[in-house]
Amino acid sequence: MKYMLMMHTPRGTGEWEIFSWAPEDFQAHVEHLNRLNQEITEAGEWVEVQALTPPAQAKLVRAGANGEPITDGPFPEAKEFLAGYWIVDVETPDRAYEIAAKASAAPGPGGAPLNMAIEVRQVMGGAPAEA
Amino acid sequence: MTAEGRTKSIEHLLRELAPQVLGAVARRHGDFAAAEDAVQEALIAAAQQWPEAGVPANPRGWLYHVALRRLTDHLRSEMARRQREGTVATELWAQWAFVPPADAEVGIDRDDTLVLLFMCCHPALTTASAVALTLRVVGGLTTAEIARAFFVPEATMAQRISRAKQTIRTSGIPFGMPSDEERADRLRAVLHILYLIFNEGYTSSAGPELQRVDLSNEAIRLTRLLHELLPNDPEVLGLLALMLLTDARRAARTGPDGELIPLDEQDRTRWNRSLIEEGVALVSAALPRGAVGQYQLQAAIAAVHDESPSFEDTDWRQILALYTLLERMSDSPMVSLNQAIAAAMVYGPAVGLERLDALDAEGRLAGNHRLDAVRAHLLERAGDSERALLHYRTAAERTASTPERNYLLLRAARLAAATGK
Repeated sequence: MKYMLMMHTPRGTGEWEIFSWAPEDFQAHVEHLNRLNQEITEAGEWVEVQALTPPAQAKLVRAGANGEPITDGPFPEAKEFLAGYWIVDVETPDRAYEIAAKASAAPGPGGAPLNMAIEVRQVMGGAPAEA
Repeated sequence: MTAEGRTKSIEHLLRELAPQVLGAVARRHGDFAAAEDAVQEALIAAAQQWPEAGVPANPRGWLYHVALRRLTDHLRSEMARRQREGTVATELWAQWAFVPPADAEVGIDRDDTLVLLFMCCHPALTTASAVALTLRVVGGLTTAEIARAFFVPEATMAQRISRAKQTIRTSGIPFGMPSDEERADRLRAVLHILYLIFNEGYTSSAGPELQRVDLSNEAIRLTRLLHELLPNDPEVLGLLALMLLTDARRAARTGPDGELIPLDEQDRTRWNRSLIEEGVALVSAALPRGAVGQYQLQAAIAAVHDESPSFEDTDWRQILALYTLLERMSDSPMVSLNQAIAAAMVYGPAVGLERLDALDAEGRLAGNHRLDAVRAHLLERAGDSERALLHYRTAAERTASTPERNYLLLRAARLAAATGK
């Protein structure tokens, strides 16, 4: 079963908070996530992992009267943004939660775990088995 | 034959020979993982050389010879390494110095393929690993093909396969037939993995099918192979029959856009008659053999459906009796759920709903969308559209299948429109 794990991070003072961290804190954070990605790779669970560009570049797009794109944004007032996501193919929901908890525990300033919320959603699939 | 046709028939031949050669090499060498690597190399060499040079007179002997050559090459470099380190294992070398020529007859032990299946479906492996290894090693599919079938990157599938081989290596599972005491359990594990592969193919009919290996056909092919190896096992017969009888309905089961068509609305003229005939013959052959198992019973149920001229004319009493038998030997709440549906067909929706209440109270299907979906259907039949709507929507919210969600939402929308709710 496939799950999408979404990392929503606080935007802080205009950009990702991470942009204002001390270099060693930044490094520790990135290393933590790299180790997690390594674990998912070695377990044969990796489907896709993507990081997204900062919210300063985010646009909301709607179709206009003739279907033309009308863009809006960025949105300085938004408190949280999607920073990136994992898609993992795991044997049980519990394993998806376990991976999410590891992502959540990525260290922040001073090395303390951030314990940020990771949204976990099952990816929908094909037709159900005929029982 | 065209060049393309020649390549296709070589691919076909290689897939058939792969497990036989691997079985023979692994039996001789003992190390399954090393044997598998060597046979893969031999298969790649054959796929490259045979289309140009022609298929050798003894293709199996050729593959066996090349695989053993590769193994001795690896062993030779291993020897050189040990020599540098001051340890020499001459007895190992003596055993391997002789590689039979490419045209030598290879002793094919039919049990080798069976041993391979037992190994690939070993309970020490995770389900995903067992599925991948079975398709690769016994099915002869490439890693890329298996990856596409499961919509994961090739590197991920390669990792699963190599982890599976590593698990087999580290857990010291010998390449050999399981003991008599173990055998029944191990065969059950093999049947379970084959059934999972079948269902994976059967359920993922939506999506870019053309580039995908048909997993249902692959499962049927492997189960046929198993049936050839164990012609008298009634559960192997049962599983093969179940697959054929289920697969017979495949074309009628989904609409042009992949939408789900339930059994009562399927165009039965689109069911595959020859698969039904074969499945019915198999299940009829299996049932009198005594030991009635779960796959035989499920196949018997599928046979009753497949032989009915219409949904209304289905022999629901027989289906109910079969589910009641099945419930006695299975502790799956899904069987009880199906039994409740059959009871509703025989005795009316109120009886079915009563059984659902009992199942609900047990709590084993808590949060399962199928319980809500069945309840919604029975409530609709009983005329309680308000509660039916509620359960259709809950079921739609809980299913992880897109076509099923769409079916449930549409059903709810139609009911709401018809009743003005």
